[in-house]
Amino acid sequence: MRAGRRIREGSGGGRAAEEVHRTVPTEDKKRAAYRGLQDRVLTGEGRASPEQRARAFSNAGLSQPLEGLLGKVATRPTQVTDADFAAARAAGFSEDELFELVICAAVGQSGRLYDAGLAALADVDGDGHAIGEVR
Amino acid sequence: MRLDVLNRGYGLRARLLFALIRLLSRHPVPDAAKLVCYRPDFYGSRAKEFTHEAMRGPSAWSAADRELMAAYVSQANRSAFCIAAHSATARQAYQDGPKVAAVLADLESAPVEDGLRATLRMLGKLTREGTADAEDMRQVLSAGVTRPQVADALAVCAAFNTTNRLADAFGFEVLSAGDFEAGAGYLLKRGYR
Repeated sequence: MRAGRRIREGSGGGRAAEEVHRTVPTEDKKRAAYRGLQDRVLTGEGRASPEQRARAFSNAGLSQPLEGLLGKVATRPTQVTDADFAAARAAGFSEDELFELVICAAVGQSGRLYDAGLAALADVDGDGHAIGEVR
Repeated sequence: MRLDVLNRGYGLRARLLFALIRLLSRHPVPDAAKLVCYRPDFYGSRAKEFTHEAMRGPSAWSAADRELMAAYVSQANRSAFCIAAHSATARQAYQDGPKVAAVLADLESAPVEDGLRATLRMLGKLTREGTADAEDMRQVLSAGVTRPQVADALAVCAAFNTTNRLADAFGFEVLSAGDFEAGAGYLLKRGYR
C-alpha cells in the first residue's frame, strides 16, 4: 500500500514505525474482509453456475431476462420491480439462483466503486499532488 | 421480500432466533437481519464480518461518523430502508438529531468538520457517478483527512453500496420510526456481527 511504503521511506523515527503498525494492518483487514465476501460468492458452492455468477458480478454478458433484473441491481436498484423477478422465474431460474445472482450483482458493483476509490487515492502522491502532475 | 425463500425459507434455528427477537424487543425483525440468516454460508456470514469491520473495526473515524457515512451513501442511492435505519443509528450515536438531519438536507451548510464534509462529498460523488479521480481525493486529503481514513470511508461506502442494492432489489419493508430506533440501539450495542 502506498501509505505504508511512504511512511517506511521516512526518517525512520519511532512515531513513523508506530504508524505503520497502527494504520496498515487495519486498512488491509477491511479490504481482506471484502475480498473474502467477493471470493465466496464468486467461487464457493452455489446453485447458480460460477460462470453465471461471474457474469452477474461483472454486469456483462448477461441475456434477458437476467440482464434486465441484474442490470438494475447494479446501476438503478430502486427501479427493480416484482415483474423483473417474475420474468426471471418464468425463464426457469430458481429462487436460490436469483438470491445468489442478485447478491453477486450487488457485491460486484460495490467492489468496482471500492476499487475506483482506492485507485484514485493511490493516484495522489504524498504531497497531495496527482501523480504525473506538472508542479 | 420479493423472494419467497427470504420470507419463509429459514431453518429452525433462524426461526427460533426471529421469534426470540420479536419477543424480547417487541419489534419486528428487520429484513436486513433476516437476509443475513438465509443460507449464511453463501452471503450472510462474510457480509456481517466485512460490514462489522468497516463500521466498528479500528478506525480514526468514530462509529457515529461511519453511521453518518452509511446514511449519506444510502441517500445517494435513494435507498429508503437504509436511509431510515442509518440516520436513526447516526442520530443516537452522536446524540444529535439536528446534525444528522442537516447533513442529509444540505451537506455544504451542515455543522460538521471540514474533513468529514469533504469525505461525505467524495463518497456521494463516487456512489452517484461510479467514478472518483485524484482531484476528488486531493480535496479530501487537503481537508486534513489521512489516507487510512479515506480507505476506511471507502470500506463503509462499499458495504453500504452492497446493502442498499440488496434492500431495494429484494424489497426490504420500511418499518416504523420506532422500529428503526430500536434497531439503531441494537446496532450501537452489538454491531453487525
